[in-house]
Amino acid sequence: MSRMKLVLVGNGMAGMRTLEELLKAAPDMYEITVFGDEPHPNYNRIMLSPVLAGEQTVEQIVLNSRDWYAEHGITLHTGKRVVKIDRKHRFVEADDGTRQSYDRLLLATGSKSFILPVPGADLPGVIGFRDIADVDAMIAASGQYRHAVVIGGGLLGLEAANGLKLRGMEVSVVHIAPWLLERQMDEPASRLLQNSLEDRGLKFLLRKQTAELVRGESGRVCALTFKDGEQIPADLVVMAVGIRPNTQLAESAGLQCNRGILVNDTMQTYDPRIYAVGECASHRGIAYGLVAPLFEQAKVCANHLALHGVARYQGSMTSTKLKVTGIDLFSAGNFMGGEGHEEIVLQDAGRGSYKKLVLKDNKLAGAVLFGDTLDGAWYFELMRDATDVSDFRDKLLFGRHHVGDSGAGGGLGDELSRVMALPDTAEICGCNGVCKGDIIKAVRDKKLFTLDEVRAHTKASGSCGSCTGLVETILAATAGGDYSTAPSKKPLCNCTEHTHDEIRAAIVEQGLKTLPETMRALDWKTPDGCTKCRPALNYYLLCAWPTEYVDDAQSRYINERAHGNIQKDGSFSVVPRMWGGLTNPKELRAIADVAEKFNVPEVKLTGGQRIDLFGIKKEDLPAVWKDLSDAGFVSGHAYGKALRTVKTCVGSQWCRFGTQDSTGLGVKLEEMTWGSWMPHKFKLAVSGCPRNCAEATIKDFGIVCVDSGYELHVGGNGGIKVRVTDLLCRVETEAQVLEYCAAYTQLYREEAHYLERTAPWVERVGLSHIKAKVVEDAANRVALAERFLLSQKPAQVDPWKERTAGELKREFMPLNVIPA
Amino acid sequence: MTDWIEVAHLDDIPRQGARVVKTAAGEIAVFRTVDDEVFALRDRCPHKGGPLSQGIVHGKKVACPLHDWKINLDSGLAVAPDVGCAARFPVRVVEGRVSLSLTTETTSTDR
Ligand code: SRM
Ligand SMILES: Cc1cc2nc3c(=O)[nH]c(=O)nc-3n(C[C@H](O)[C@H](O)[C@H](O)COP(=O)(O)OP(=O)(O)OC[C@H]3O[C@@H](n4cnc5c(N)ncnc54)[C@H](O)[C@@H]3O)c2cc1C
Ligand code: SF4
Ligand code: FES
Repeated sequence: MSRMKLVLVGNGMAGMRTLEELLKAAPDMYEITVFGDEPHPNYNRIMLSPVLAGEQTVEQIVLNSRDWYAEHGITLHTGKRVVKIDRKHRFVEADDGTRQSYDRLLLATGSKSFILPVPGADLPGVIGFRDIADVDAMIAASGQYRHAVVIGGGLLGLEAANGLKLRGMEVSVVHIAPWLLERQMDEPASRLLQNSLEDRGLKFLLRKQTAELVRGESGRVCALTFKDGEQIPADLVVMAVGIRPNTQLAESAGLQCNRGILVNDTMQTYDPRIYAVGECASHRGIAYGLVAPLFEQAKVCANHLALHGVARYQGSMTSTKLKVTGIDLFSAGNFMGGEGHEEIVLQDAGRGSYKKLVLKDNKLAGAVLFGDTLDGAWYFELMRDATDVSDFRDKLLFGRHHVGDSGAGGGLGDELSRVMALPDTAEICGCNGVCKGDIIKAVRDKKLFTLDEVRAHTKASGSCGSCTGLVETILAATAGGDYSTAPSKKPLCNCTEHTHDEIRAAIVEQGLKTLPETMRALDWKTPDGCTKCRPALNYYLLCAWPTEYVDDAQSRYINERAHGNIQKDGSFSVVPRMWGGLTNPKELRAIADVAEKFNVPEVKLTGGQRIDLFGIKKEDLPAVWKDLSDAGFVSGHAYGKALRTVKTCVGSQWCRFGTQDSTGLGVKLEEMTWGSWMPHKFKLAVSGCPRNCAEATIKDFGIVCVDSGYELHVGGNGGIKVRVTDLLCRVETEAQVLEYCAAYTQLYREEAHYLERTAPWVERVGLSHIKAKVVEDAANRVALAERFLLSQKPAQVDPWKERTAGELKREFMPLNVIPA
Repeated sequence: MTDWIEVAHLDDIPRQGARVVKTAAGEIAVFRTVDDEVFALRDRCPHKGGPLSQGIVHGKKVACPLHDWKINLDSGLAVAPDVGCAARFPVRVVEGRVSLSLTTETTSTDR
């Protein structure tokens, strides 16, 4: 069968990325031909700045070598410019006459530097900053001439100026606006930037308009004249005043263009056989000029070229960083503020740092950071997720580290700035033993651009996630720029375009009651989901329909399916519940008997006040459980996204300081909450007095007894990133504690995203939101608590007992034994 | 010629799940996909030996329960970027009866 023909015009970052995605999705579907008018194979354009600065070489920034094209059977025409598209007969023609027919055509022609239409703009020595040829011209000029003038004080202009200065030239930057980077920064931040660039020897001419470039005796440019008559010497003029999408080719073929080739959400142009991606494309009126959104477009386009036909591009939010080594700058969103906006500013000229956050309706609308940009990614996330920041507004400016950060590790601030100075052998990811050198190598060799890709290839930051920041820094420094993709919304997983919240809402609103029904109704892209979405959907359905939904064991992770923790050798551990950490000789004897009878290799006291039996073979589990169950034990759910333990201290029964019966209350709480499935694991504790021996202030729900009653604390975590609880309220009676606990738990169950523990959930939705629903609105509290108790009725069946016999025992038995 | 050993009825294996057959030469995981296709692999993950039979089956893949590598059921190959291969065993289903052969099929790992 003959394959369809795909032609790519534009051998640059967006087009080639699309091909890479396409080859992953449908390796053999097309016979591919690529035209590029540059003489080089595809390279990392954004690294031209470091190449100019002498920090990298052209060889280092090649993304797809000629061998790569050959290996993938792709015909590559370099140095050939496509000048004609014949849509009727479906072929393209290059300037040397080469013709190639197509079934699908992909235009990724990028943009070109905009050259100011002033007299002399066509003189030798006047160039843009766009490609290797421009960089070569700059490097050559720096060896021969003295005076360089960069017109344009934007990101590109400053990077060019910095590079030329490092190459030994005298550099002046001419800028028409009153301050540099006026589209990325406000004036105070820009002044700091200007100061530090001046310290490096750059000169700035602001509010200056170029009138003419003057021809020297040799025929080359020799000076620049301003509108006000002033003249400065110039042997090299770099125009960095903007870019213009390359649309002539598309226009000449009759494709609609308006500051870019118009495309729909599937990256298709008006001709259904022709797609466009990258800087040349205009999507919903925007032509993006940064790599991250272009790569998102590439993914979507490849999906359609592969005839999967499910992805849509819905626009991106972008942020900027300046790639001048030693200068840290970040900006995103609406950083100028205005009507209805509020600003928080921290300015420390001595340290050369400046931070400005712009808020609107208690949400972050924009940010400018200069000097210390570590929190840029975090602010960006808050903006994208439209997080309500009112609860930590006072600390917002000081960064994630000060807010508690239950997501990816804080506390590494100093380390982060030192990370690039670390040796290659330094371990970055403690969970998976990945060193800095491994990450750099993978990023280079495998051409990784995003955090997700680094995770997939190296496993770094893929487990507990606390090294995410470090990995991002290494990625940015190695691959250049800031590639963190920022889709306008974050889908649950790759099987769907919907977010957690959208899915939860649809389940309730559309009355979806089974997994297949939900996947069908929400246009799932895969036949039966993946390991991310199936457990999440199973939980969402269970939470929405507690009395009806039939649990799908095959959509549970093994620990929950087998009701034990799988160990590295495939055996399991068994932790029976010990209510509130209390036990007695009879229980201990029963455990001892089980341990002996089944030759349990290890018995250990857990950090959760109970006993763990390790190394039990899967097929022995039902028998072990039967013995434990006969002795009165139920499962401790030490394996589940479920209620784990209720830790207690001695309390008023025995302790001389105890104010209330913390042990007794703990038992009651555990009796109420055990068996409940949750978005993530959930731990409680009750301490008898503020000495807090049960560590209640690092639990998901913690109670500190006081003389007048009970303090209720929420959103604590003692794990990867310790987070101290927030005080929810004080109550007077045990009955109230139980009601508030049930209500809070249910709110978490109904609102949190799957695998989001209470600490990040509280930070995401805000304590005031929780107070409003649980403390201030008594009727709502009662309703929540009732829903919790209702869901507990079918949940409080001991899963172990159920599996000691009958149909459910099957899971644990071999299918068959074939003797030797 | 293949020696088929009947090991179970299709219904004994949960859909989107697996069961284990114990043999003198080690354990074999027998998988059943959502479309009732049946595959058999050595029950050892090419990463660090995790029991594949305990993973979540989705599409024609299983996710290892220990560190979440995805293994293709039809080839035994780990899904890229991970690299490795679990040995495959021929299986067939005739009138709902599942049979297995103990001669492994190999898949070349260098792609
Ligand atoms: C057994 C135990 C260690 C011990 O010997 O003491 C334990 C063992 C495991 N913990 Fe833990 N944790 C144990 C108490 C804790 C505690 C202490 C506590 O509960 O007071 C913490 C910190 C408190 C907290 O959770 O806030 C703790 C924080 C974690 C975390 C980090 C959670 C976080 O949100 O940061 C993980 C990873 C996760 O859940 O994703 C984890 C995961 C694990 C897993 C399930 C790892 C795994 O996926 O295989 C371990 C299972 C071993 C096994 O087979 O049983 N374990 N783990 C403790 C069981 C308590 C119990 O009786 O149920
Ligand atoms: C110096 C520099 C620094 C940058 N820094 C950053 C940064 O830090 N972060 C960031 O996100 N982005 C940065 N960018 C922008 C980023 O490089 C571009 O957004 C990206 O390269 C655009 O990809 P593209 O595929 O659309 O276009 P390109 O990469 O420009 O590819 C288009 C290719 O098509 C060729 N072509 C055009 N017309 C034809 C034709 N008719 N026939 C054949 N070939 C044709 C062009 O010559 C070019 O090779 C930077 C850009 C430059 C120049
Ligand atoms: S028990 Fe907890 S801390 Fe110990 S190795 Fe396992 S996950 Fe890590
Ligand atoms: S043992 Fe299978 S993924 Fe590690």
